[in-house]
Amino acid sequence: MAESGKIDPMHQFAIEPLFGTDHLSIGGFNIAFTNSALYMVLAAVVLWIFVIGGMKRELVPGRWQMAVEYMTGFIKNLLIANIGDKGRKYIPYVFSLFMFILLANLLGLLPLGLVGLHPFTFTSHFTATGVLAIMSFSIVLIVGFAKHGFHFFSLFVPHGTPALMVVPLFFIELVSFMVRPFSLGLRLFVAMTAGHVLLKVLAGFVINSANASPALGLTVGTASFVLMIGISALEMLVAVIQAYVFALLTSVYLNDAENLH
Amino acid sequence: MPQIAQIAETYSSQIFWLLLTFGFVFFVIGLGMVPKVQGTADARDAKISGDLDAAKAAFARADEAEADYRVRDAQSRAAAQAMLVQAKAQAAKASETKLAAADAEVAAKIAAAEARIKAASDAALAEIETVAADAARDMVARIAGVQASDDAARNAVKAALAHG
Repeated sequence: MAESGKIDPMHQFAIEPLFGTDHLSIGGFNIAFTNSALYMVLAAVVLWIFVIGGMKRELVPGRWQMAVEYMTGFIKNLLIANIGDKGRKYIPYVFSLFMFILLANLLGLLPLGLVGLHPFTFTSHFTATGVLAIMSFSIVLIVGFAKHGFHFFSLFVPHGTPALMVVPLFFIELVSFMVRPFSLGLRLFVAMTAGHVLLKVLAGFVINSANASPALGLTVGTASFVLMIGISALEMLVAVIQAYVFALLTSVYLNDAENLH
Repeated sequence: MPQIAQIAETYSSQIFWLLLTFGFVFFVIGLGMVPKVQGTADARDAKISGDLDAAKAAFARADEAEADYRVRDAQSRAAAQAMLVQAKAQAAKASETKLAAADAEVAAKIAAAEARIKAASDAALAEIETVAADAARDMVARIAGVQASDDAARNAVKAALAHG
């Protein structure tokens, strides 16, 4: 990728093995503990701590318990709105998915660069989002075929289709169905990558313009910095929205599997 | 773009660690802890709606009790009224019979007294006759020197008394 000055906005996505685990492997596959893996573990641990705080199980909840119950209730309502009462059994999966992605997005936005650390957003890697998307898609397929057998294929023929259109429509619907895991995984990857690149490019503008001349630094640099503040806020919103979209689309697809049409 | 440039060296590590961490999140947090958290929230919702239902039922029971009370109040009022009327009627009857008995007693007493008075006045009258006859006989004896018979004197007195 193009570099702006000495600052490479793509360097933040580079995966580096940590703690000398470069050659750790299972069955010939490299499983080095990387900065990406570190942030996965961090997201899982932060989520664990968060939910532990909600385990007091008091009738009158404290603030922390209230927050955790708010999140589970949010997912419960999302599932019931999309799937109906049968959606309750997906609460553990969709909650895990939503909170894991949300924390990954938010942890990647932490301004740890100020203390010399390099925050990493593993949701900006399609190897990670792809696994999550394939997981959701597989659950849809498994539930769909387990519940409806081959009748599940009727999903691809909408009600009231004229006989002549059944075959072409079936293939169109099939393609749109098969595209789902890609749109699911790529949407998150693209949104996170784009936002982080934009922030780094603007940060590069601030540094390079200030280095070029005080006049440029005051004009271009200040403007870029103000823009960065706004975009950082926007990125927080995107972090939440993308996690929500992932959970929402998963529940919409699960609805197809549960209820067909 | 490292996502593409590094894919060959990193995909296996990415997938491995993602499955490991997400597996932990799903099995430990999602399956192990979330149902308990959600269960607490559901139990609270159930308790709140149960309490509200109980309050509603209590309200209904209170209304019912009040209606019941009103009915019983009206009933006992009616019963009291009836008892009062009956008591009044009984009292009136009792006093009537007592009054009648007293009347009869008084009438009998009056009749007896009247009879006594009549007897007394008859006796008195008879005594007056005897005394008058004696007086008449005395007067006849003194004036005419004739000894008048008892019957004659008595008849004369009777005639004089009858004429007033």
